[in-house]
Amino acid sequence: MEFLYDLPVLGFIFQLAGYLVGAVATTNLAPQTLQLATPIALGALCGVMNERSGIVNIGIEGMMLTAAFAGFMVAVFVDEAMPDVQPSAFFGFTPALIIGVLAAVAAGMLVSLLHAWLSISVRADQIISGTVINIIALGLTGYLNRLIRPSGSAGTFNSFRPPQELIDLPVVGWIFRMFLSLGPISMSVIVLVIVLQVLLFRSRWGLRTRAVGEHPRAADTVGIDVIWLRYRNVVLGGVFAGLAGAWLTLEFNASFQNGMTANRGFIALAAVIFGRWTPLGAFGGALLFMFSEALGVAIRSNPPAGELGVWLSGVQSTYPSLYNNAFSALPYILTIIVLAGVVGRSIAPAAVGQPYVKEGTT
Amino acid sequence: MSVVRRIWSLSVIPLASIVLALLVGSILIIASSPASQGSLDFFLPIRAYESLFEGATGLSFLNIEDDGVLAFGLSVDVERALRALTSTIVAAAPLILTGLAVGVGFKAGLFNIGGTGQVLVGGFFAALAGAAVADQPVPVAVTLAVLAGAFGGALYGFIPGALKAFTGAHEVVVTIMLNSLAAFAIVGLVNDVFKIPGPTFARTGNIGNAALPILFGRDGSLGVLIALAIVPIAYFLIYRTTLGFEIRTVGANPSAARYAGMSPRWLIVFTLSLCGLFAGLAGTIEILTLGYYPAVFGTTIGFAGITVALLGRSHPFGILFAGILLGGMRAGAPAMQIQADIPIEIIDVIQGLILLFLAAELVIRRLLRIRGESVTPGELQSVSRSYGEGSA
Amino acid sequence: MTQTVSAPALEMRGITKRYPGVVANDHIDLQVKPGEIHALLGENGAGKSTLMNILYGLAAPDEGEIHLDGSPVRISGPSDAIARGISMVHQHFMLVPVLSVADNILLGEETMANPIFLDRNEAHRRIVELGERFGFEIDPEVKVGSLSVGWQQRVEILKALYREARILVLDEPTAVLTPQETKEIFEVLRRLAAEGHSIIFISHKLYEVLEIADRITVIRRGKVVGSRIPSETDEDDLAALMVGRNVQLVVDRGESHPAEPNLVVSGLTVSDDRGHVAVKGVSFDVRAGEIFGIAGVAGNGQDELVEALTGLRRPTSGTVELGGKIVTGAGPRALQRAGMSFVPGDRHRFGLVLGFPLEDNLVLTQYDEPPYSRGLLRNDAAIRERASQAISEFDIRTPSATVATSTLSGGNQQKAVVAREFTRDLTALVLDQPTRGLDVGSIEFIHRQVIAKRDAGAAILLVSAELDEVMEMSDRIAVMYRGEIVALVDGPTAQREEIGLLMATGRREEAALVAATTSMAADAPVIDHSEAPAPAPRQPPAPDEPDPGEPAEPDTGDRS
Repeated sequence: MEFLYDLPVLGFIFQLAGYLVGAVATTNLAPQTLQLATPIALGALCGVMNERSGIVNIGIEGMMLTAAFAGFMVAVFVDEAMPDVQPSAFFGFTPALIIGVLAAVAAGMLVSLLHAWLSISVRADQIISGTVINIIALGLTGYLNRLIRPSGSAGTFNSFRPPQELIDLPVVGWIFRMFLSLGPISMSVIVLVIVLQVLLFRSRWGLRTRAVGEHPRAADTVGIDVIWLRYRNVVLGGVFAGLAGAWLTLEFNASFQNGMTANRGFIALAAVIFGRWTPLGAFGGALLFMFSEALGVAIRSNPPAGELGVWLSGVQSTYPSLYNNAFSALPYILTIIVLAGVVGRSIAPAAVGQPYVKEGTT
Repeated sequence: MSVVRRIWSLSVIPLASIVLALLVGSILIIASSPASQGSLDFFLPIRAYESLFEGATGLSFLNIEDDGVLAFGLSVDVERALRALTSTIVAAAPLILTGLAVGVGFKAGLFNIGGTGQVLVGGFFAALAGAAVADQPVPVAVTLAVLAGAFGGALYGFIPGALKAFTGAHEVVVTIMLNSLAAFAIVGLVNDVFKIPGPTFARTGNIGNAALPILFGRDGSLGVLIALAIVPIAYFLIYRTTLGFEIRTVGANPSAARYAGMSPRWLIVFTLSLCGLFAGLAGTIEILTLGYYPAVFGTTIGFAGITVALLGRSHPFGILFAGILLGGMRAGAPAMQIQADIPIEIIDVIQGLILLFLAAELVIRRLLRIRGESVTPGELQSVSRSYGEGSA
Repeated sequence: MTQTVSAPALEMRGITKRYPGVVANDHIDLQVKPGEIHALLGENGAGKSTLMNILYGLAAPDEGEIHLDGSPVRISGPSDAIARGISMVHQHFMLVPVLSVADNILLGEETMANPIFLDRNEAHRRIVELGERFGFEIDPEVKVGSLSVGWQQRVEILKALYREARILVLDEPTAVLTPQETKEIFEVLRRLAAEGHSIIFISHKLYEVLEIADRITVIRRGKVVGSRIPSETDEDDLAALMVGRNVQLVVDRGESHPAEPNLVVSGLTVSDDRGHVAVKGVSFDVRAGEIFGIAGVAGNGQDELVEALTGLRRPTSGTVELGGKIVTGAGPRALQRAGMSFVPGDRHRFGLVLGFPLEDNLVLTQYDEPPYSRGLLRNDAAIRERASQAISEFDIRTPSATVATSTLSGGNQQKAVVAREFTRDLTALVLDQPTRGLDVGSIEFIHRQVIAKRDAGAAILLVSAELDEVMEMSDRIAVMYRGEIVALVDGPTAQREEIGLLMATGRREEAALVAATTSMAADAPVIDHSEAPAPAPRQPPAPDEPDPGEPAEPDTGDRS
C-alpha cells in the first residue's frame, strides 16, 4: 500500500486519504470534530427553527455570546455560593453547572424574543435586527465582563467515558468513540438533530412551520396563527443558541473572554444553507466545517507519513504563524466556497425575510 | 414642504434614537454603579455624559464641588476645546468613511458588513506600501501609500461583489467570513513574512515619509481632509450622475434595472468595490497615523460604520453628521472613563442601543407619536429578500 | 334543481365595511339558497372580495349581520368560518408549491395519527376518495408546484371539500384557466350544487357568469346595483350594471394596413431557468401596421419568448431581426436603441421602480440617453419637462411628478409605463398582458392607444392570457402550445372555441371539428345543467408535464 504514496502527484492524495483513515481510527479526530461542531450544530438548529418559519436570523452569534456570558456568570455565582459541593460522577454535574446551563438557555430565549419582536411585530429589517443583537451582545458582555471581573470559575462538565470494549471494536469502534466520549451537551446534539428532523417533516408542528415559511398567507387563510407560530419558533430556537453558549463556557472552556464566539454563529448560518435548511443537513455541514479545524490539531500532533508529512512539516517550520492560521481559517474558506457553489442550487424557504402583514390591516 | 420641516422630518427618528439610547444607557450605568462605585449612584449618568461631552467638545457645563454636589456652570477653556474638537473630528474621519462603506452599499440594496475586513486589508496594503516608499519625498510617499490602501480595500470589496453577482452568494455571510479570513491571513503574513527585526512585537516596517502629515492641532492629519472630501464626492456620484441612478435603481428594483438596460451584476461588483475602497481608506488613515501594521490589529470602526450609515440614513451628508456624533462619543470616552470610572465599553453598548432604536423606529413613532421619514432604507427590502435567492 | 321553501343557506344583511377613504361595502344584502350557484359580478375594486373576506372571517363588518341556515352568526376568523362549513378558494391560489397535494390539503385541518404525528395514509385515502366522488383522480403525493393551473384549482376545491364545506366561495376561479378547463370546473361545480352545496362564484367575466349561475348579483362601488336571473339578462345589460354606463365592450379596431415585416423571428429556441427548452424553434413575423397576437395558456413558453425578444434572456439558437437588422441576443438597451419598446407583464417587477418618483419612472428606459443624461451627469430639468408632458398627454392622475410611483393606482401606473414606451419612434412594440388587473376605463384607453400606434406604422406583438383581448385587438393570431406555434389564424374571423381548443390541446384537426360542431350545437335544445352527463374519469397528470386538459366532447350541452 505504501508504494501508492510515492506516486508523483496522486501520491499526495493517497497519503492524505491514508492519513485520514488512520487518524479517524486512532486519534481524537472524530470525537474532536463532533465536539468542535457542537456549537455550530446547535447554532444551526437555531437557524433552522428561525428560517423555516420565515425569519432571517444572523444574530445567532450574539445570542450565543450572551448565553455563554450569562451561563458563565450565573454558574460562577452559584458555585461561589455553594463551595463544598462535590461534582457528581455523572458528567461531573454540579448545581452550579446545571443552573448555569439553564441561565444560558434563558438568555438565549430572551435575546431571541427581542429578535422575534423586532422582526415580527415591529417589522424591522431582519438582517439589521440580527446585526443589532450581535453588536449589543458584544458590547454588553464586554462591558459587564470588565465591570464585574469575575475571578475563578465554575469548572466544566466532564466527558463521558464509554466502555473500552466498545472503542476497541475493529471497524466501528471509532464511531462509538466519536459519539460517546463527549460531554453532555455535545452528546445531546445528535439526539436533538434527529428529533428536530423527524418533527419538522412528520409532525403537525413541522407542517405548519414549513407552510408559514413558504407561504404565510396560505397558512393564514386556513386558520393558522402565523404571528404566534413565528414567535414561538424563534424563541424555541433561542434554546439551541443558549445551549451552544453554555457549551462554550461550561463544557469546552472554563472561562469567558470577550467575543469568544469567534464568528461561530456565522459558520452555523453557512451550515444551515449547506444543509438545505434541514437539521440533518445542517449537522452534516457543521461536521464538515469543523473537521478542518480538528484536522489541523491532529496533523500538528501526529504528522502524516510520506512526502505529505515532510512537506507539511517544512511549511510549518518556515511559516509557523501562517500554518496555524491556515487551519483556523479553513472553516471560513469552506463556508465561502459552499455559499458560492451551493447557494445557487439551495433554495431557502420562499417567504424568508419578508415580514408578514395580515390582510385587512395596514 | 419648508426646508426646516424637511430637515426635522428627516432627522427626528435618528435624534430620538440617540436620546433613547442615552436614556437606556444611563439606566445601565445606574444599575451597574454598585460594582464601580460601591453603591447606587443616580447621578452617575449625568456625570458620565457630561465628561463624555467635555471630552468631545471641551465644553463643560457642570462643576463638581468637593462634597460631590453638582453645580451648573459653563466653562470653556479654548485651548482644551480646540484639542477636544480636534480629537472628535479625528475620531470621526474613519467612521465617516466606514459609514459611507455601508451606506453606499445600502443604496444598491447590499449590506456590506465586511467593513472590518476591508479596513484591515486597506491598512495592511498601506503599511506595506508605506514601508516600501518610506524614503521617497513626502508627497510621493503619502500618495502612493494612500492609493495602495484604497486599492487594497477595493480589492477586498470586489471579492464579495463578484461572488454575489456571479454566484448569488449573499454578501452578508460572505463578508463576515472574509472579515475573519483577513485577520487570520494578515496575522500570519506579518508574523512570517513581513515582520521587521527589532521591535518587541511583530509588526511591519516604518512608513517613514508616508506618514500622514499633521495639518492642525496635535493629530489632525490629512486623513481628516480625505474623509471630508470624499463626502461630497460620494453625494455627487450617487445623486447626480447616471451611474448613481443606476446604483439606486438596482437597489430599489433589480428586475426593473435589467429591463431598463442596466447591468445589475456589474453594478453590484462596482458598488461593493467602491464600498471596500471607502473602508480601505479608513484603515489607511488609521495605519498611516500609527506608523506601522502590528500583527494583531483590532478595530471596531467597521461595525460602527453600520450605525453611522443608518443614523445618517444612508445619505452622505447624514453620514457626515452621524460620523461626527459617534466620533465625538469615542473621543470623549477616555475622559468619561477617567472622570466617572466607567468602562469605555459602554460606548459600544450605547452605539448598539442607537442601532436598536433605529431598527425599532416603528415603535418609536408610535411611542412618541411622531411622523418622520423612515430610516431603514427601502432598498433594504432587497437585501433581506435576496437572502434566500440564488443567483442575481 | 328542486328546492323546498326553506331558510337560505346564507344570508348577509346590510353588510357595511369602511376602510380609510373608501366605503368598500355599503349595506350589501345577499341571499344564497342551498344548492344554488350564485354569481357575484363586479369590476376590480367593486367590493366583491371584501364582502367575501368578511364572510370568511378575514375581516369584520362595521355594520350588518350574517345568517347561516336562518340563525345569526358571528364569524371570528378563518378557522371559525371553516368550522361553520364556509370555505374559500382564492383567486391567487393559497397553495404552498413545495408541499404535496396532501400536505396542502392537510394544512390547518390535519388528520393526526397521534397528538404529534400526521396520519398521511388516512389523508391520502380520503383525498383519493373525495376526488373520485367529484369526477377526478388525483395523486396526493405530487408536489403542488408541478401541477398545472387547472389541477391546482382542483386541489383548492378539494381543500374545501376535505373540510366538509357547505358553502364554497370561488374568487375569480377561471382567471387562469383555458376554456376547456373552465368547462371541466363548471361540471364539478354543477355536481357540487346537485349535492346541496351552495356556491358563490365571484367573477368579472360576463359570459361565464351567464353560463354557470343560477342567480347573479351585481356590485358596483360597494353597493348592490342589481340582481338577475341569467335567462332574463344578457352581457350588455350586465356590463351596463357593472360599470354604470353603456360601455363599448369592444374597441373599434378599424382596418389595418400592414406593410413590410419589422420583426422577423426564425427558428428561435429559448431555454427556461431550469434548462428545459421552453420555446422550440418558433418562427413568425410581425408586419408594420399590424397587431400580431399570441394566445396561449400561461406557461407554454410565452414568457421566455417575450424575454428573448426583449433582451432579458439569451436564445440558444435562431435569429431575430428588427427593422432589417439582426438583433439576436442583444440586450435590452441595444434593442431599445434599435427601435423596440416593451411593456412588461409584471409592471411592479419590471416596468416600474415603485419607490422612485414618477418622473424617474417616466424616463426609466431612456435615462442614459440625451437629453436626460449628458455624459456622466443627469439632466434633472429635462426629465421634469418630459414628465409633465407625459402626464398631460396620457392623462395620468397624480398630484405631481415627484410623488412616489407607488401612490398611483394600478391603472395610472400602467399608463405611466405606456406613456414611456409609446412615445419613441417605434419599429416594434411588444406588449405583455398590457391591461391585466385594470379597470374598464383604463383598458379602453390603452387599447385605443395601441390601435393608434398600429395605425402609425408600428409592428405590434401582443401577448395576453386574456383571450378576449387577443381576439378583439389582433389582426393575426398565433396560438402557442408547449413552446411551439401550433396555429396561425386570421384575427377578425377567428372562432373562440377553435382558439380555446388549440390553446388547450394544440391539435388543429380536433379544433376545426369542434368549431364546426359548436355552431351546430348552438341550435340544439338547452339541457338542464343538473342532468349533465358525468365527465369521463381522468388520468392524473405526470408530475413534470403541464396538463392540457381533455378534448371536449361535442355534446356537452353548451348553454350559450
